[in-house]
Amino acid sequence: MSRRIERYSANERVNHWFTAITFVILAASGLALFHPSMYWLTNLLGGGTWTRILHPFVGVAMFVSFVFMVRSFWAHNKLSRSDYRWLARWRDVLNNRESELPDAGRYNAGQKLLFWVMLVTMLLLLVSGIVIWQPYFAPAFPITLVRLAVLTHACSAFVLILGIIVHIYAAFWVRGSIRAMTRGYVSQAWAKKHHAAWYRELSDS
Amino acid sequence: MALQSLDIKSRSATTTESPSVRKTTQVAKLIDISKCIGCKACEAACMEWNDLRDAVGENNGAFDSPRDLSDRSWTVMRFYEEQPNEKFEWLIRKDGCLHCEDPGCLAACPAPGAIVQYANGLVDFHEENCIGCGYCIAGCPFDIPRISKKDSKAYKCTLCSDRVTVGLEPACIKACPTGALVFGSKEDMTHHAEGRVADLNERGFANAGLYDPAGVGGTHVMYVLQHADRPELYGLPADPAISPLVSLWKGLAKPFALAALGLAALGSLLHYVRVGPNEAEEPASDERASQ
Repeated sequence: MSRRIERYSANERVNHWFTAITFVILAASGLALFHPSMYWLTNLLGGGTWTRILHPFVGVAMFVSFVFMVRSFWAHNKLSRSDYRWLARWRDVLNNRESELPDAGRYNAGQKLLFWVMLVTMLLLLVSGIVIWQPYFAPAFPITLVRLAVLTHACSAFVLILGIIVHIYAAFWVRGSIRAMTRGYVSQAWAKKHHAAWYRELSDS
Repeated sequence: MALQSLDIKSRSATTTESPSVRKTTQVAKLIDISKCIGCKACEAACMEWNDLRDAVGENNGAFDSPRDLSDRSWTVMRFYEEQPNEKFEWLIRKDGCLHCEDPGCLAACPAPGAIVQYANGLVDFHEENCIGCGYCIAGCPFDIPRISKKDSKAYKCTLCSDRVTVGLEPACIKACPTGALVFGSKEDMTHHAEGRVADLNERGFANAGLYDPAGVGGTHVMYVLQHADRPELYGLPADPAISPLVSLWKGLAKPFALAALGLAALGSLLHYVRVGPNEAEEPASDERASQ
């Protein structure tokens, strides 16, 4: 058996990076309209008006791309009993004491949690985003719903951005992870240490 | 348009103080509904002065024309047929921006300088800075701003800021034939309203009063109502205030969210510095052996 283990196919990698790029555009342009101190980020999309015009379309693109990711990774992200034990031992997680943790499958409990957070926030962002989409849809909705939607949109985006900050840092922190999403493979030692149950599964088959 | 002769008190999406050294009298428009005959001279004067020509609408069997505010109709007469005391009354209200002392549109606006409040209290939209997001609509407790279908910018009554700044009264005031519309300092207008309310009280309108809602810090367009205890008869909210949803979104959430995101990024860096990377031990020869 090769010491390189394939983790993501070329299509999955392209799918991930398309979602990532749209996310960065959306987070920057969204923060620009959220807080005055971030308004300068509207320059990224060519000014305030262009930001207002493009942000929703990029949002739809991200959502569609994300749906494909969900389809690819859905089966591996169901939370199991041992995942709750993994989460309860978050101190060991943070202190790199991985031997104290229950063996993780293809995804550990933290990754699974992020999957569900992303799924829920993306759905909320899509629905609330449509309600406040000027000039096409917003005029059709009652004002209280529009107010609820702007608040929901901001809160969901906040949770999602927070989740992605953790996601990006975890990729740096757990060495050898970024390569999985750039080149598609991980080392045998990486799989054995971080996703022991997944590794066993692969070795058995 | 920015007016050099008039200071700006607050400015949308701006966190620092605006220029504020000059002292300016607070102004107000008073609309006395008991004197209004619904002639629409104010509507015509508004169109005339501001060079606005709305599309010709359709008759809907009532006097309301145009039927609603729009990007080109900044003031409209609303006709209400009511029986507040078992007696038929025709209540005619000139609708338009109330120029809140605490404007929800300005609080919600994300574009710096798209909405300003002048030192004299007028709230003005500077359309060249408007990005067309419609947040002002969500912020307004009175359903006033309208996004143009033509240019996707928000429009509303300016209270003729261009006239007021050079000492003229707004165009609608000049056109009113009955004295239902008056303009002056907020203090004078409040005083004038007291006289009108006393007069109405004597004429059998026991609940006459001034509509200058405290929930939005008072307004720079005030109404004398025959039935001030029931503003909803005139299509006015009884106790208007910026929606708590908008206050949360544009108040507490803004600094909290930004601080939390900054702390998350900083926390990640500190974690890396203190705990270090999580590495899978691998014999140095592995990489080469697998090639």
